[in-house]
Amino acid sequence: MKKILAVLTIAGFLFALPSCKGKSDADLKTAVENALHSNPDLSGVSVEVKDATATLSGEVKDATTQSAAESTAKGVDGVKGVDNLTTVALPEPVAPVVVTADDSLQAAVADAVKDHPGVTVSVSEGVVTLNGDIAKDDLKILMQKVQATKPKRVDSKGLNVK
Amino acid sequence: MALQEKYQALVDAATNAGVSNLAVREQDGVLYIDGDAPSGAVKDQLWDVYNQIDPNYASGDLILNVNAKVEVGSQVKVITQDSNLNIRKGPGTDQPIVGKAAKDEVITLVSKANDLWWSVRTKDGEEGYAYSQYLEPLA
Repeated sequence: MKKILAVLTIAGFLFALPSCKGKSDADLKTAVENALHSNPDLSGVSVEVKDATATLSGEVKDATTQSAAESTAKGVDGVKGVDNLTTVALPEPVAPVVVTADDSLQAAVADAVKDHPGVTVSVSEGVVTLNGDIAKDDLKILMQKVQATKPKRVDSKGLNVK
Repeated sequence: MALQEKYQALVDAATNAGVSNLAVREQDGVLYIDGDAPSGAVKDQLWDVYNQIDPNYASGDLILNVNAKVEVGSQVKVITQDSNLNIRKGPGTDQPIVGKAAKDEVITLVSKANDLWWSVRTKDGEEGYAYSQYLEPLA
């Protein structure tokens, strides 16, 4: 009887062992990955788990997303710690301002004002100066055409809008 | 950054209207806004917002260059105010006129010589260069 009891105890102990230890690192890795990748912003985050500590790496778009990755991983049952090694992507470079060189600008604005006989135009160091008379209804299309030539600035103070 | 604040409503309108490749930067007292509008109507709407902020576009502190995105090979509509659109032998008003397209006529964009002059073809087969600011994509 004693022997049977001992066997049962050992068997019971062995049976209970895995649940004492909690989920394996591999299981945790899968669980953390599933939790992260349900958010499209976190799809680029990689996960490694060792001794129930998750290490996150990869690039995210901003600091908010970075902390979201960490809190998501921490929220996974069985994860004891999170080492957040993710990096924030640099903002996309803003295209520099392009100003048309005077020679080309001269030709371009001459084309732009051609249909507005009351308007004269001059160009100096990228600044387009408009003078003369323009009907209010024509002003928008004139300015659209002139600004599309990519000048540095448009000086229309001398333009008399009627 | 003061200019960004002045024209914030314009930038917001551009964002809300789905303008792509939107670039806003300030340099030497001028704000430059570039981007691709989804339609000619959006471009026009932005110019109306611009005029509300800066009546008659008189301050000279903004260069708004947001144009309707047009794919090469697609149909475009002539949006002159009332006159015909000249089609020229080369890209420039100094070039001889080789054809004309009426207001509201739909023609084909063959290629873009540059931002301002596009090579086009009419239904009658006339080919040449037209001023891009008088063309917009079909809605």
